[in-house]
Amino acid sequence: MSERVPILQIGDILLVSIQTDLDDQSVLNLQDDLAARVVESAAHGVVIDISAVEIVDSFVGRMLATIAAISRMLDAETVVVGMRPAVAITLVELGLSLGGVSTALNLDLGLRLLERARGGRDGLTAEPTAS
Amino acid sequence: MTVEAGEGLLPIVANDDVVRARQLVRTLAQDCRLSLVEQTKLVTAASELARNTLVHGGGGTLRGELIRNGLRRGVQVVFRDSGPGIADLELALTDGWSSGTGMGLGLSGSRRLVDEFAIESEPGRGTTVTITKWAR
Amino acid sequence: MADPDNSRQLIDLLSADAEDLSAEWVRIVSTTLRGRVSTAEIDQELRELYSALLAALRTGSLAAKDDAFAEVRALLTELSRTRARQGFTPSETAISVFALKQALEPALAKDPDGGSLRSYLQLSSLLDDLGLFTVETYARAREELISSQSEQLLELSTPVVKLWDGVICVPLVGTLDSARTMVVMEKMLQALIDTGSEQAIIDITGVPAVDTQVAQHLLKTVVAARLMGAECTISGIRPQIAQTIVALGIDFGDIATKASLADALRHALRRSGIEIGRRGDRVAK
Repeated sequence: MSERVPILQIGDILLVSIQTDLDDQSVLNLQDDLAARVVESAAHGVVIDISAVEIVDSFVGRMLATIAAISRMLDAETVVVGMRPAVAITLVELGLSLGGVSTALNLDLGLRLLERARGGRDGLTAEPTAS
Repeated sequence: MTVEAGEGLLPIVANDDVVRARQLVRTLAQDCRLSLVEQTKLVTAASELARNTLVHGGGGTLRGELIRNGLRRGVQVVFRDSGPGIADLELALTDGWSSGTGMGLGLSGSRRLVDEFAIESEPGRGTTVTITKWAR
Repeated sequence: MADPDNSRQLIDLLSADAEDLSAEWVRIVSTTLRGRVSTAEIDQELRELYSALLAALRTGSLAAKDDAFAEVRALLTELSRTRARQGFTPSETAISVFALKQALEPALAKDPDGGSLRSYLQLSSLLDDLGLFTVETYARAREELISSQSEQLLELSTPVVKLWDGVICVPLVGTLDSARTMVVMEKMLQALIDTGSEQAIIDITGVPAVDTQVAQHLLKTVVAARLMGAECTISGIRPQIAQTIVALGIDFGDIATKASLADALRHALRRSGIEIGRRGDRVAK
């Protein structure tokens, strides 16, 4: 009944592109699948492309925030790319801030953001720690 | 205020119906020639309320129609369930109040997304939410 | 439904002298419109209307809202819209319908039998309804005209310009109301996507005042841009506007605000990783 959204892997990045209007169960499935894949693949970044998504309500918003939080625990960064202006305006009005989720205007900028984030993190870990 | 055309009645009893509710309301919003942002706001509000009907109301119906008030055209959507109802409406309409499953923005958030918002509810007698969006 | 006899008489009356009646109708209407529409055009419009009216009456109906009159209404809608666009008054539009009564008068005088008087009265009330219909359509057409013009005006007044690779700017000029602010902001957010720009500058140097609603819209836009993955800087805040914003208790939070557009551009460039300085400065480094 509910469909599965395909998760693509490019290098150590997982890419999900949401192309259809998902029902709530499919949204939850995606959340589970992504968490499993992050662990399995030891990916360092997750990109969720929502450029084809016409509305983001609080349920989808919560899914995005949860994925970001889960990935972070599993040592991966999440970037949501391609949010439409009408969707962003609606989220602001709805009062949803997507706290903890990084965003980028398009896929290209999203990938660059992940690169920069990794560079920054590697830079930090390379420094001698106080302990 | 008169009903114009394009009426639609939809049962909301399964997950799929929330998707169908969004599609129905989007079609109405397009027929009414709402701007893209206004369409998105209305469909988002409908999505929140349809989920409420399903999850908290234990299922119900959605009725959407194009309405006219003088020269103004608009879309009106009514969500009706015969679930447990809401005891404290004022509390339910505050940001962050949640009965557990959502982010607590369903009712209060969707109220901000539409031009008119009316809710009737009594414990044990179900809930009816009516939202209206006018074309500018 | 009307008395079929009366209806028959009416049809007889209208079809017997069809040529004379419609010619007279055209003459009266052209006189009232005083040459602002060519007689040939009026001739065509009214003759079409005349035959549609006759066809509708032949169905035996006398109610302007009946399906039988669909064609008549369509023709009248077209006529009212054209008149509205050409700048005629509602009266000048409705007269096109009412003038038919006047054209019928001589025909009535010829008939001493009271029968045609009754049919005339029935036709008269039908024409009244159709006349009102033109006025309503006229009003709606004008309303549409006004709203499309105000939309065009909004479009005109809201340019989004590219200042640098990855930096766009919206210079706002004139009084901002909340409708205009909303349009500008939507346009800016779309421009972010279209150009892939991660920095936007909203310059309000040319804005004399802001109220709470406008300030709220500006804030919401900045938050929406962030949700999309872009940063906004607001520049050109005049002292009076700064005072208003503070007095209204609106919190701009961590949103970057700069006094001038130049400062904002420098800030935006620095955020996108570009440093600007004099050549000498760079050598010194």
